[in-house]
Amino acid sequence: MSSQPEQTKGSSTAAAVSVAQPGSGAPLAGPGTGRTHSEVLASRGERPTSYDPADFAPLTGREEDWRFTPLKRLAKLHEADGDGGAPADGSDKIALHLPEGATAVLVGQDDPRVRKAGAPIDRTAALAFAAVKDVTVVTVTKEAVLTEPVRLEVNAEGGTAYAHVVFDVKPFAEAVIVLDHKGTGARSANVDLIVGDSAKVTFVSVQDWDRDAVHLAQQNILVGRDATVKSVNVTFGGDLVRITPNVRYTAPGGDAELLGLYFADDGQHLEHRLFVDHSVTNCRSHVTYKGALQGADAHTVWVGDVLIRAAAEATDTYELNRNLLLTDGARADSVPNLEIETGEIVGAGHASATGRFDDEQLFYLQARGIPEAEARRLVVRGFFADVVRQIGIPELEEQLMAKVEQELAQELDR
Amino acid sequence: MATLEIRDLHVSVDAEGAQKEILKGVDLTVRQGETHAIMGPNGSGKSTLAYSIAGHPKYTVTSGQVLLDGEDVLSMTVDERARAGLFLAMQYPVEVPGVSVANFLRTSATAIRGEAPKLRTWVKEVNAAMTQLQMDPAFAERSVNEGFSGGEKKRHEILQLELLKPKIALLDETDSGLDVDALRVVSEGVNRVRATGEVGTLLITHYTRILKYIQPDFVHVFAAGRIVESGGAELAQVLEDEGYEKYTGIKEVA
Ligand SMILES: Nc1ncnc2c1ncn2[C@@H]1O[C@H](COP(=O)(O)OP(=O)(O)O)[C@@H](O)[C@H]1O
Ligand SMILES: [Mg+2]
Repeated sequence: MSSQPEQTKGSSTAAAVSVAQPGSGAPLAGPGTGRTHSEVLASRGERPTSYDPADFAPLTGREEDWRFTPLKRLAKLHEADGDGGAPADGSDKIALHLPEGATAVLVGQDDPRVRKAGAPIDRTAALAFAAVKDVTVVTVTKEAVLTEPVRLEVNAEGGTAYAHVVFDVKPFAEAVIVLDHKGTGARSANVDLIVGDSAKVTFVSVQDWDRDAVHLAQQNILVGRDATVKSVNVTFGGDLVRITPNVRYTAPGGDAELLGLYFADDGQHLEHRLFVDHSVTNCRSHVTYKGALQGADAHTVWVGDVLIRAAAEATDTYELNRNLLLTDGARADSVPNLEIETGEIVGAGHASATGRFDDEQLFYLQARGIPEAEARRLVVRGFFADVVRQIGIPELEEQLMAKVEQELAQELDR
Repeated sequence: MATLEIRDLHVSVDAEGAQKEILKGVDLTVRQGETHAIMGPNGSGKSTLAYSIAGHPKYTVTSGQVLLDGEDVLSMTVDERARAGLFLAMQYPVEVPGVSVANFLRTSATAIRGEAPKLRTWVKEVNAAMTQLQMDPAFAERSVNEGFSGGEKKRHEILQLELLKPKIALLDETDSGLDVDALRVVSEGVNRVRATGEVGTLLITHYTRILKYIQPDFVHVFAAGRIVESGGAELAQVLEDEGYEKYTGIKEVA
């Protein structure tokens, strides 16, 4: 290896960083990774994917990627039909707003766009894939610069629903895509985003569910040559939400900014598992996820797997996860994993920290006359503000900060 | 006339489970318009005194009283103390990421004054104060104390002092870490506030350097958790010449 990759910048908890020779499966467990035991894992790149649910064994909860998730609360979304699985009986109200420059069609599973962005990485995603015969494909015309967002609003009204939507943004197009989830029920979805060469996309998925909803989603983002994508996951609602964003690059020059914020209250389980697969040269990925937790048994999980394959020279990647524990009894798991198979990179780093509410900050603000409740609000707003500010859509930024306020108001009402 | 009375104040901190007494009977009265310098070696308890008066949760008052105009400060919350007219310029101001200086100052002024300052006059007031402290206007958009240099942090503390106009100001080592230019700018800020005659100032310092810019009316020597000698400004010169050895048995310059 001719140059040392820059590894951890400002990490306050240890995490797994492995620098492997090309081709070797890197063991990723170690002290401080958050792993409960130190099994030797295969490289993330070797984890199988498949469109066929039968290729994934029934879940036991002991699988590496399911070990944090309470399967009992999955509303059977992990069981095959006829095997105790949940039939699609949900009645979602779906509204799709298409501005000029965007169109939508329903296509069958044999349409090439349906399998372009990536295959299911786990059993639930494969079950969801199999369950959806008519896939919605939203196309943003080549070179179109949308003046308004594409909006897909899901209003679930109970029952079980499976979904598959593909956003196909053609080369040089510019689009903002907002996926908004409200209501209740159990929902398992595959969401694909194909970002054409030199296209610029901001993709926002808001999980604003009722307290009892269950939501699983695999997000596949395929980044074209010199394309720029900003993905934002905002998860506030639901009883159990588990989102698995996957990013791949088709050609050099791709840039992915992956942002997330989540806020878990009593008993909520909010999980985000990212995988960024750098397999081509000169691409960038930058991950910032921040979460706040309050109340008994609020649980969040953040896993950030980044793989820099041997071929992916000149990669620049950084990931950060921060969690703020507002009360006792909440638990945040944070597991960054960085696998590096080439030393010829621009940078690779990660930081992960989970902290309690900072009494010194509170003291400082109170010492300036600001009452405690307001001081807490300022600190939490501040905590999220630097992620929200990066979204770049002022209207949405305001809505999200208002959501944060609402969540905090709930806490203060206790 | 505003008066801060500290009477036989004893304060402990929790040191690995055991209570460790730091302040061992402090008596001091600071009146509006007066400037008292508290001078003492490192570790003598100067910051403990300042933090205890401001109400930092780390410190436990085991006995004694702190009264502001006869009101029991020790029974007030931290924010109540500030609204009652106490201000602590901290030795190590705290970073509050994501909260802009502009938002912080306005929220704080609103709390202290009891109503939101009128936007137009407020912006002028802030800009004028920042100009006098030689702070770039871009400063207002930065997160509170985040990435500030030592000098910027201290200017920001004095900016708050000027805007919040307390009855009693506790300035904890405001001079530490400042170069001569910054020290002059910051001292001028303190002097502008003093010149109103409406503030009582407790100037905490290890070194006499800042006293050349801010002339105290009284100097108190602080050692091992209490005031061991009091005098006028001339006492600072004695400390400058002789250091703290006489009080601590340890050779240490002032
Ligand atoms: N949390 C703590 N645990 C133990 N000792 C402490 C703690 N905080 C402060 N002290 C001690 O209290 C003494 C006074 O500290 P401080 O008030 O900061 O002094 P000064 O400001 O005069 O330098 C020092 O000896 C310091 O070590
Ligand atoms: Mg001190």
